[in-house]
Amino acid sequence: MKRLRLTVQLLFTIVTNGYMYGFLNGKIYRGALKYACVPGLNCYSCPGAIAACPIGALQALLNQRGLQIPFVALGFLFLFGSFLGRFVCGWLCPFGLVQDLLHRIPIFKKKKCLPLHRVLKYGKYAVLVLFVCVGSLFLFGGFAKVPAFCKYLCPSGTLFGALPLLGANEALRSQAGGLFFWKLGILLGIVLLSVKVYRPFCQYLCPLGAVYGWFNRFSLVQIQWEKGRCVSCMACERACPVALSLQEISCSPECIRCGKCVDACPQKCLHFWKKS
Amino acid sequence: MGFWKLSKRHAWMLGALAGIVSLVIGVFQGQFAVVWKKAVMICLECIGIG
Repeated sequence: MKRLRLTVQLLFTIVTNGYMYGFLNGKIYRGALKYACVPGLNCYSCPGAIAACPIGALQALLNQRGLQIPFVALGFLFLFGSFLGRFVCGWLCPFGLVQDLLHRIPIFKKKKCLPLHRVLKYGKYAVLVLFVCVGSLFLFGGFAKVPAFCKYLCPSGTLFGALPLLGANEALRSQAGGLFFWKLGILLGIVLLSVKVYRPFCQYLCPLGAVYGWFNRFSLVQIQWEKGRCVSCMACERACPVALSLQEISCSPECIRCGKCVDACPQKCLHFWKKS
Repeated sequence: MGFWKLSKRHAWMLGALAGIVSLVIGVFQGQFAVVWKKAVMICLECIGIG
């Protein structure tokens, strides 16, 4: 399962960021696929991105004149969420893959969560409300609408968008200033923290994870627990990278469906996919 | 099987249906074009310049 997940993550990241011309020339893809959103946090200003970011799309629609319901962004979020829930985070998100790989670097004693996890895990909901929704409407721009999450916080935009573009495009590089270094600092902080703590951005800050978490309880893809066969050995709890209890696995908004519990169960009483 | 139990089992279908309906409304409101216009221009805010 571990190897399968890594393969899916790598393939999905390569396919959805496969516009090589953009990387070579410091430009971005401008084709019709960008009418649609990818499921994960994938900056549409990444030179390789072939589709739009759902959080970027949500903010772009909220930034329009007047207050409009962002139907297209909500439509993609409902579709991906209803089918997959946070399976998107565990298997399809490029920034999740980056954090997974960083956590494999064997230099610190690994931790599943930060201290004050019970409080900090609500940070992603605060980011969703304050930066994506309220921030996009008026807060940070002094009543001028700005995509506040993308502008002030998103490390995925810095890693997949800013660094390759600034590397290949001299004109853009000459314009980088304080805001770029602020975002670079956030990215470096998350990169360093990811080596020690499992997916800190996903657990504490990602607004997309907050949205998909709401769908976890009823999404099509589930991890099912056959209670009758369970011997309560708690191997699944020890294997869970986000420190969920057996009862919380799958239905908790924090479960990213990584499948480590399924692999760890000696009785094979945890299964992927929903049974009829 | 009770209505609520059935609803819970099939809630993902209702969610997916809501998503499709939202996308259709978005088509009629021209929101796909807004997303496309934003996505095909280099977003200066996203890369820390704007």
